[in-house]
Amino acid sequence: MEWVNTVVQGVLLGGLYAMFATGLSLMFGIMRLVNIAHGDFIILGAYLGLVVVTTLGLSPLLSLIIVLPVMFMIGYVLQRVLLNRTLGTDILPPLLVTFGLSIILQNILLEVFSADTQKLPAGELGLSSITVTGDLSIGVLPLITFLVSVAVIGGLQFLFYRTELGRAFRATSDDQETVRLMGVGNSHIFGLAMAIAMAVVAVAGIFLALKTNFDPTIGPARLLYGFEAVIIGGLGSLWGTLVGGIILGVAQAIGAQIDPGWQILAGHLVFLIILIFRPRGLFPRSVD
Amino acid sequence: MNILDVKNLTAGYGDFQALFGINLEIGQGETVAIIGSNGAGKSTFLKSVAGLLIEHSDDIVFKGENIGTLPAHKVVKRGIALVPEGRRLFPSLSVEENLLMGGYNKRKGPWNLERIYSLFPILKEKRRNPGTALSGGQQQMVAIGRGLMSNPDLLLCDEISLGLAPTTVKDIYDALPTIQKDGTAVLLVEQDINRALSVSDRIYCFQEGRVSLEGKPDAVSREEIKAAYFGM
Repeated sequence: MEWVNTVVQGVLLGGLYAMFATGLSLMFGIMRLVNIAHGDFIILGAYLGLVVVTTLGLSPLLSLIIVLPVMFMIGYVLQRVLLNRTLGTDILPPLLVTFGLSIILQNILLEVFSADTQKLPAGELGLSSITVTGDLSIGVLPLITFLVSVAVIGGLQFLFYRTELGRAFRATSDDQETVRLMGVGNSHIFGLAMAIAMAVVAVAGIFLALKTNFDPTIGPARLLYGFEAVIIGGLGSLWGTLVGGIILGVAQAIGAQIDPGWQILAGHLVFLIILIFRPRGLFPRSVD
Repeated sequence: MNILDVKNLTAGYGDFQALFGINLEIGQGETVAIIGSNGAGKSTFLKSVAGLLIEHSDDIVFKGENIGTLPAHKVVKRGIALVPEGRRLFPSLSVEENLLMGGYNKRKGPWNLERIYSLFPILKEKRRNPGTALSGGQQQMVAIGRGLMSNPDLLLCDEISLGLAPTTVKDIYDALPTIQKDGTAVLLVEQDINRALSVSDRIYCFQEGRVSLEGKPDAVSREEIKAAYFGM
């Protein structure tokens, strides 16, 4: 039963990792942009949540009413003003610029909020759990995190496959030049893609901050988990990303169960094994 | 009044100049063909008009407005659609989604999904298939349909018969009268000289980035075309 419990906790943790990964997957899928600052934006979302919670006294989940649109706007403006200028045939400029952004963000957060660790108050939510059997209980907060992650991915899936904007995103992902002949302006559509990715980042940031302590330097590790989940799932598949997150979460949970020091290592090892046997991930897009 | 007036157009890619002062005009509802050998600048010309290359020096006037510096996504909103060489369908979109992408700019006009399906009935049968799973001829129909879905006043077609079987080419060209009937002007780039002469009101021959011949099909002789085409 102990192992069942471990796997269940791993699956729930995987939901959070899938949210880290979804934004990355969107950005790469539509714009071929690898955002090295992605993890730092997650932490920015967490700090924005902290500011809203402490100044307005809102509950952390309600803080999303403010944090989500703010991150959406930051994403759109950042893409239009800065990142669009880095995109082209050369993959290096966006890598360098987002790497620089990562350092700048970490230092701004350090300057404004200091290096002290912070946490959003989860209150009752963080303590309550549902008892399934005598030995197996599921925390309400991890369960909500997982369900929100499924809802976010389901919502994006609907957006991508059932709406006109989603069709334009997929067409842009296929062929950035031809889509312009349809009346789609690349700059605007890229801005929207980044804005949506940042909205997901906002949700991920708040749930991260509810789950664990954070400080300005922990972004890059979240970026790594996000990358691993995207690559395990296969680029371009949203449900694949969820599966990737779950596999990573379960691997880490099992690693931690064997020995607490093995948690992170176990995740990386599973990632490497999948990379060796399925280099394009478990659910790769057929047209890539 | 002409729908398109191109004056002294120069264009190229980086340091490479492909067009040297092209003058070309198209009247309302007219069908014009551009012929010329490979590398003569035909596709570059279409791309320039469609806004994919905007570094040219002089003006392109469409319906009285200078569109020379407009990017492609704004040009299509003014009423110019390009059916690109090689079709360039979106591989992850179905046939119907490819067609719907053509209507993204929401220009009003006679073309909609139903009308495209009545022009090319086979596409209705295959509307759920991925665009790129179709035969070459059917893919070309999707590409033309996608162009028409933007309800253009001027349709630019780049080598729509390239690589297709003669019977398929005939099927595609049979759709031309329906397109012309609504008053849509058509500018074709075509390697098949006989085909170009038979469907167009006027032809232009390009050679090394310049217009080497211009006239009505029945007013130019074979010898003139040969000289203009090969530079002999």
